[in-house]
Amino acid sequence: MSTAYKSNWSFDSILNSLAMWLLAFLWALPLLYAIWTAFHPAAYETRFVWNAPLTLQNFKEAWAAAPFARYFFNTVLLVTMILVCQFILCTLAAFAFARFNFPGRGILFTLVLLQLLVMPDILIVENYKTIRALDLVDTIVAIGLPYIASGFGIFLLRQTFMSIPKELDEAARVEGTSFLGLLWKVYIPLAKPTYLAYGLVSVSHHWNNFLWPLIITNSVETRPVTVGLSIFSAIDAGLEWSVINAATLMTSGPLLIAFLLFQRQFVQSFMRAGIK
Amino acid sequence: MIHRREWVYGWLFLSPALLFLFTFTHYPAASTIISSFFSTPKGRRPAKFIGLENYQTLIQDEVFWKVLGNNFWFALGTIPISVGLALLMALWVNSHLKGTTLSRIAFFAPTVLPLIAVANIWLFFYTPGFGLIDQFRSGLFGLPAINLLGNPDTALAAVIVVAIWKEAGFFMIFYLAALQSIPPVLREAADVEGASSFYYLRKILLPLLMPTTLFVSVNAVINSFRLVDHIFVMTDGGPDNASSLLLFYIYETAFKYWQTGYAATLTVVMLILLSILAIGQFFLFDRKIHYQ
Amino acid sequence: MKLSQKMKVNCIASLLLTGVSASASAVDLEFYFPVAVGGAAADTIQALTDEYVAANDGVNIDAVYAGSYGDTVTKALTASRGGKPPQLSVILSVDMFTLIDEEVIMPFDSLVKTDDDKAWLESFYPAFMENSQTGGKTYGIPFQRSTPVLYWNKEAFAEAGLDPDTPPATWEETIEMGKKLVKKDADGNVSRWGVRIPSSGFPYWLFQGLTTQNDVILANSDGNETYFDDPKVAEALQYLVDLSMKHEVMAPGIIEWGATPKAFFEGQTAMMWTSTGNLTNVRKNAPFDFGVGLLPGNKRRGAPTGGGNFFIFADSTDEQKAAAFDFVKWISQPAQSAKWTIATGYVAPRADTWETDEMKAYTADFAPALVARDQLEFAVAELSTYENQRVTGIFNDALAAAITGTKSVEEALAEAQKNAEAILKDYR
Repeated sequence: MSTAYKSNWSFDSILNSLAMWLLAFLWALPLLYAIWTAFHPAAYETRFVWNAPLTLQNFKEAWAAAPFARYFFNTVLLVTMILVCQFILCTLAAFAFARFNFPGRGILFTLVLLQLLVMPDILIVENYKTIRALDLVDTIVAIGLPYIASGFGIFLLRQTFMSIPKELDEAARVEGTSFLGLLWKVYIPLAKPTYLAYGLVSVSHHWNNFLWPLIITNSVETRPVTVGLSIFSAIDAGLEWSVINAATLMTSGPLLIAFLLFQRQFVQSFMRAGIK
Repeated sequence: MIHRREWVYGWLFLSPALLFLFTFTHYPAASTIISSFFSTPKGRRPAKFIGLENYQTLIQDEVFWKVLGNNFWFALGTIPISVGLALLMALWVNSHLKGTTLSRIAFFAPTVLPLIAVANIWLFFYTPGFGLIDQFRSGLFGLPAINLLGNPDTALAAVIVVAIWKEAGFFMIFYLAALQSIPPVLREAADVEGASSFYYLRKILLPLLMPTTLFVSVNAVINSFRLVDHIFVMTDGGPDNASSLLLFYIYETAFKYWQTGYAATLTVVMLILLSILAIGQFFLFDRKIHYQ
Repeated sequence: MKLSQKMKVNCIASLLLTGVSASASAVDLEFYFPVAVGGAAADTIQALTDEYVAANDGVNIDAVYAGSYGDTVTKALTASRGGKPPQLSVILSVDMFTLIDEEVIMPFDSLVKTDDDKAWLESFYPAFMENSQTGGKTYGIPFQRSTPVLYWNKEAFAEAGLDPDTPPATWEETIEMGKKLVKKDADGNVSRWGVRIPSSGFPYWLFQGLTTQNDVILANSDGNETYFDDPKVAEALQYLVDLSMKHEVMAPGIIEWGATPKAFFEGQTAMMWTSTGNLTNVRKNAPFDFGVGLLPGNKRRGAPTGGGNFFIFADSTDEQKAAAFDFVKWISQPAQSAKWTIATGYVAPRADTWETDEMKAYTADFAPALVARDQLEFAVAELSTYENQRVTGIFNDALAAAITGTKSVEEALAEAQKNAEAILKDYR
């Protein structure tokens, strides 16, 4: 199975190289700038001098200025909870769609696909009312609830499950395995790349989610890192970019590092998940 | 017997997901439509049925039309450019040019950064005088300071740039995956026939990538409604709603002004627009898709 | 005899029991507070609360950091609707009408009974009380309040041939001195502007400085009528617009609030208007000698006030209300108020706080801290009406339109007045 096929383009390689590097540099500029200001004192926010003194003071200030430790904890809890629930719910649903034949299957699948379009992000007003009726306002659970049944997840997994040959099914059934056993022993292991790809997308999306958590939380105990950061940077006393960028790096750091470590797997899992 | 068992199992496996989907997608969508016909409850005064009054307010609301127009330009700005750039990035990163790994990291990095966080960085870039863009302009070209965010003519464009920067890398991954699954024999055949790279791109590659393009475009459409986080930090919708988008306006209406009845009306408009756009896109591309 | 003895014993026993149970059933208070300035504000509030609780047996106060002002009012309203309101909270003074409309707060008047209490109520600066009283009742007690002040770069003044210790005192002088302060670089582009009055986010606040200086107010004290299209308001707005469009002493377009101190430090502007809350920041980071003074006047000196008040929530028991009232009185005493002011840069809302030794030492060391207090004489209420967010939002949009030249001053203000009227007429 060919993995890294590199095509043999016959354009002007030098021109293309330069263009690519320029775009890549422009694309990386915001992150590079954040790193620069986070590690240098405030006076160097606008001066890019080679021998400017390095400092960790900004990180200390950012950490002390808002309860980021708690925000991190909330975010990790939230993202894990969502991921686990999504895996369970979407696996069951995808299996149902892929494997069982039941009345209303087509219509229900269309309804599921509807969620790709009508995301919870859009229905903030009504979802807020629902959460309020359930008396769950300002809880971490409430941040995750609208997302755990993910149309995208069901769609992906269904596609993957449908591509698993029926012979494996029959082989297992002959041995007398139950449906759940079938799911656990055959389907899930074979769908690992899809789970990985979907997991990465889900974690990244929910770590970075802002609008819904902003609305539904209003205390330190439930706020995720994105909302914490926005409050922190919206104070009366003017922006100190060095501190804000230190906070930004702290909040996106874990995700960025994870990405840097796993970016090859990330791309490959998308390929193998067959998203075309 | 088997049929009935499948029946039962099917529904059983499906029900947890369906429950949540129903509660947080279908029910609210329906409920929004109903709420749009009621007034906003206040203090101890409950909501009362007012028929189409909210819609009348909507039609007369200048800010709504401005915001709608903004969303249109935002979509027009972000969708073709981010999809196009994504394809370009994927082609580059997939080639034998030097530095593709670093480039791929650079292109994809914005995806893992929270938009609300990077908005602060972009705010600095756009700051007049000592912001990065102005430092560049005055340092290299001796141009005067320009206030991109504080000018109603350019504020929306500035916001669009940030959105493109955020999503192009994500779409690149999908194109990359698709490119890497195209058999090399096609390219070799084209070379043998003496076809130019451009011809190869236009007549063979693009049609093969249609399913990906469809997928990515639908995502881009949805994003054009969703990506509003940076507005909170960069312009707060200003100046005079020049950079406000529909979802941002809905947020302000529902959670700043506490006018939930009117907010429901605005949401209905968004739902209708999304449905039209997504379905329209689907049909448009369906005719052009060529499966391998 | 035996009976009365028994009765005595019973009496004493029951008294003792009541005494015991009275201190056992402590009063629990939940107190929401926002933090809108950097620094150790949250810690200071927590420390003050702890101090009070330690000194007052029978009262427990849970001080809850609620985020920004917006967060705090949302949280308080949400909690109230859910049936579990806090007992007291610090909230933006201008949210008073919203809180009244939602029927969640109560006036302090029923709690102010003794002569001492009445004297205490009278001891706050009137400027701060304007946003705290309506319909003859007092709903809020000033706590973290501020006004905007003028900061100027003394070095830049000297460089431009102006007296570094004399800031502009009138609108005209701002223009004259501003023109001398504008500096251009080799390419002919402006590298330093004369003055910077930020207009992003909430332009109405600093604009109120201009309207007050032009002797006009924007809304009535009942919160149900606005005067946006008054000719004097138009004059003030035209002045603001002309600063950049006609006299070219200020940068054109919407000016970012958050970047203003930085612009000042970078020498991009010689003068800036911003909150006294920025004092500590400027003191720490300005690489030059700077001055702080009253905002320049026109028909008179003037400035808006800003910041948060204490509000007591209606849905509490009488003991809770009494305890909350006591805490509010305590924290506004000079000793506590001085601590708070020095830690944060807010303006102490009572005259006697400024007379304490701590404050005297602090202001002797750092005289600019007195400027905001001195300006209170000329300060007025911050713009506040029913449906405050909407009405202020409408006004902000109008200001932005005029500043960017999208609409003329008259057009923008007329439209704002029309839209505000449509909302507020229901409240009359």
